[in-house]
Amino acid sequence: MPTALRIQGLKKSFGGLPAINDVSLEVAAGERRLIIGPNGAGKTTLFNLITGDLAGEGGKISMFEKDISKLPPHRRVHRGLARTYQIITLFPRDTLEHNITLSLLGLSRTRWNSFASLHKAMFREEAMRILALVGLESMAHRLLSEVSYGDKRRVEIAMALAQKPRVLLLDEPLAGLSREERVTVKQLIGAIPRETTVVMIEHDMDTALDLAERITVLHYGRVIVEGTRAEVVADPKTREVYLGN
Amino acid sequence: MKRNICLFGLLIFLVVLPFFSGEFYVNLASQVFIFAVFAASINLLLGYGGLATLGHASYLGVAAYGSALIGLKLGLGHWIAAPAALVGTTLMAGAFGLIALRASGLGFLMLTLAMSQVLWGTAYRWVGLTDGDNGLRGLTRPAPFGIDLDSASAFYWFTLAVTVLSVWLMARFVRSPFGAALRGTRDQPRRMAALGHNVWLIRWITFVYAGFWGAVSGLLFVYYHKYIHPISLSLTNSAEGLLAVIAGGSGTLGGPLAGATIVMLLKNYASAYIERWNMLLGFVFVIIVVFMPEGVVPGSKRIYLKCRQRFASRA
Repeated sequence: MPTALRIQGLKKSFGGLPAINDVSLEVAAGERRLIIGPNGAGKTTLFNLITGDLAGEGGKISMFEKDISKLPPHRRVHRGLARTYQIITLFPRDTLEHNITLSLLGLSRTRWNSFASLHKAMFREEAMRILALVGLESMAHRLLSEVSYGDKRRVEIAMALAQKPRVLLLDEPLAGLSREERVTVKQLIGAIPRETTVVMIEHDMDTALDLAERITVLHYGRVIVEGTRAEVVADPKTREVYLGN
Repeated sequence: MKRNICLFGLLIFLVVLPFFSGEFYVNLASQVFIFAVFAASINLLLGYGGLATLGHASYLGVAAYGSALIGLKLGLGHWIAAPAALVGTTLMAGAFGLIALRASGLGFLMLTLAMSQVLWGTAYRWVGLTDGDNGLRGLTRPAPFGIDLDSASAFYWFTLAVTVLSVWLMARFVRSPFGAALRGTRDQPRRMAALGHNVWLIRWITFVYAGFWGAVSGLLFVYYHKYIHPISLSLTNSAEGLLAVIAGGSGTLGGPLAGATIVMLLKNYASAYIERWNMLLGFVFVIIVVFMPEGVVPGSKRIYLKCRQRFASRA
């Protein structure tokens, strides 16, 4: 199976404090990978380095064997990388449909058209299809600021899925959700097609362990354990740093 | 539909205005239009791009000086001077954008201010070229298609036509897919990059486009006054444009037009009656910021909707 995401010797420090310290990992195409670790382990920093939000200080990131280390964030997206954020960063003054439209525009040549009117119809059908995928089509014309936190999470995921990514990074997609909302979002993530490789950071172990095929444990910016769910759970280092003895 | 009828009615009123008003008011209206184009171009950056600039007078001034110098020093006609000034100024905006967009927020503001101050200082000090504080005199208005623009009415209609065209093109720009992306970069630049949008390039294109319309207002400015002085490049001029946008309502199409009207009326009309008109201008801005912090156009809309809601609930 080809490698969707390959990270080699990645480094990043903040004020001399290493946040990511020589991290290497490989994620196979179509795999569901879970990244876990205690607070401050460097999980979100790792995501920010993969997406280009942060510049690395060493190492290499490849997607499907193509080096993306030097590419700016938007170019990485055009190579098939999408992400969601731990803290929701959407467009609250716009409708749900417009949020999805902005996502669809990101990969469309139409985004450079500065004369034609943004006929919502250009993207309406696709936006509605995406919203239906996450069960929000009935709220398409509501302002994002008027919907619940759980619905916003679903919009986040919908915006990422709208881009038909080859690699999808989900940063704590279940954070702040109620039990019912967790079930919905978990089903949503479970239904993501295999053409999309999913790498997910999550603290809700019960839910996350169900979704993951392989798990990487980060601690102080280093990979300390990697393997299948059973291997990682059984590893004493995992228990020591994350699950508790 | 109702909105379109109102706009059409306003346009008809503006077209027939010179038939029933004196030359002073016709000239005042021409100045409002020129300033409206200038403010609308600032609005592209501030209102839709979230980029506050204090250097936009550079484009107005450079286009005006460029056109004047080509005519005076090279003896070339308006048909060459005007496009040359527009192209030159737009290229300059491209170069300025490369520098200014290395920063955002306060850094961007200061870089635009610094670059405009360099131009302002040059216009003052390079006496051999600009005649310094005396300014350039003896300029003429163009005669497009043989139409003489020397009368107040003719120039008014010319300015009105250019203003309508420029506002329409700017409206198309902000309502286009590119405009949607631009607003996205204003609200969530990081998210927009994560959606595949090239935030820097979107901002740069907008910067250049705004510079072009700033240059158009500069040409109208120099045609109107038939004179150009370094003050056209000054911080005061940029700040007045910025204040007009904020007062009228940034991020709205009508805002800069309303703001420009307020500023020009106070500057030209109230100053005839009140010696300290600057104080009045400041007072009006304070009132607007206190009672309509979003600007006159969106603020009036809000108050109108509130009143209508109140009356509806009473009925």
